[in-house]
Amino acid sequence: MSVNNEFQPTIVAFCCNWCSYAGADLSGTNRLQYPANVKIIRIPCSCRLNPMFILRAFQRGADGVILCGCHPGDCHYTTGNYYARRRMTLLFSMLDYLGIERDRTRVEWVSAAEGAKFAATMNDFAATIHKLGPNRRLEDLRCRKD
Amino acid sequence: MQERLKQKALELLENGTADRILGWKIGEFFYDLTPAVFKTRQEIQEEFVYSPFAGANLSKYLIAESRKGGKVAVFLKPCDSYSFTQLLKEHRIWRENVYVVGVQCGGMCDMEKLRAKGCEGVLSVGEDGENIVVETLYGTNVFPRAELLEDRCITCKSKKVVTFDELIGEQGTELESDRFSQVAQLEAMTSQERFAFWQKELSRCIRCNACRNVCPACSCEKCVFDNPGSGVRNKAAADSFEESLFHIIRAFHVTGRCTDCGECSRVCPQNIPLHLLNRKMIKDMNELYGTYQAGADPDTKPPLTDFTLDDEEPSIVHTRGGQ
Repeated sequence: MSVNNEFQPTIVAFCCNWCSYAGADLSGTNRLQYPANVKIIRIPCSCRLNPMFILRAFQRGADGVILCGCHPGDCHYTTGNYYARRRMTLLFSMLDYLGIERDRTRVEWVSAAEGAKFAATMNDFAATIHKLGPNRRLEDLRCRKD
Repeated sequence: MQERLKQKALELLENGTADRILGWKIGEFFYDLTPAVFKTRQEIQEEFVYSPFAGANLSKYLIAESRKGGKVAVFLKPCDSYSFTQLLKEHRIWRENVYVVGVQCGGMCDMEKLRAKGCEGVLSVGEDGENIVVETLYGTNVFPRAELLEDRCITCKSKKVVTFDELIGEQGTELESDRFSQVAQLEAMTSQERFAFWQKELSRCIRCNACRNVCPACSCEKCVFDNPGSGVRNKAAADSFEESLFHIIRAFHVTGRCTDCGECSRVCPQNIPLHLLNRKMIKDMNELYGTYQAGADPDTKPPLTDFTLDDEEPSIVHTRGGQ
């Protein structure tokens, strides 16, 4: 996506239904600003995030992918985010091993009460991706729009 | 060794322990040993082969073979027995229908290394203790086994046969090996160099699926890559993204179940070092969640189905390895 030839990153944020999605809601009702190019996808639990979802997002044009879930210990399903934490650690490590920029993926724990943290996280992540530039190492040329 | 295995196979068939034997026979070439099921005395006498090229891991074939009724006897090398135990742990093999003969292994040989020695017109290959005896049209050559070993056998992780009903040869032990040194080298590179390295390797992939089909851990009833509804088609990769996707997802699916038998790299027709992906995952799990060897015992919980309250955060990736 580009406006006035300036790079506008596309960011996919996977948010758990119980904490981070509500946190995003709260940041909205509090009128906190975060970039409009953050696309939120609601998932039942951070543990629902299949590694394939992240790769798919990159394929279809995402420049950064962030996973937000309940703080460890606060999972609605008691232990889901503990499993997600191990999985994402290994997946990110593998992406890093394959030479994909390690800043393109992130995990952040945001509770339903942390509307401000949600907005701050998204602003920071969007700035990081903006600095990093478009995703070229893990893109599908057939899906390129420009 | 081949004669001892042959005798054992005949004995098991005759005393009724098993009604068929899973072993190896010559494929297209003498160095290309293919897994085969032997049902008669005659077949065993004529076709059964065990040589330093019997690298094929027979454990995966037992998933189908153990379900066919009757009893199957199988020869498992130490590596194969790890895969076998892992499959038992996953309840994939019907143990009561399998009779396992553990075989001690001195390491398998790589045909490319034999070729590099300038050996031509090879008729047969045999073993004599620590030496490999190669009969050629032009006479007999003897090489030390260590010079012909496959890369995966140079860094052998264990000579221990984990699960067996009977053992041929001595029981071995787990070895100290530096099998992660290549992974560590890659980790120390910059992200740009790593990307270039993997692009060079993975771009050769022709998506023949040999790595998936041979892998004992890749034995799902329905593979995600066979499911057209998943949006991933089982076809030649049209784009660099698809090559990466296939290998990332495959490595991730076998994480915690891969026993590091090295079959993926052995069968790859393009010589892609696929084991480096799996080893990276094993190395990470060892470092982050405690040493774990898939298939080493039937009870330990694999790291991905377990957790502790103070696991590392995913951001730890930023502090490990090169930039």
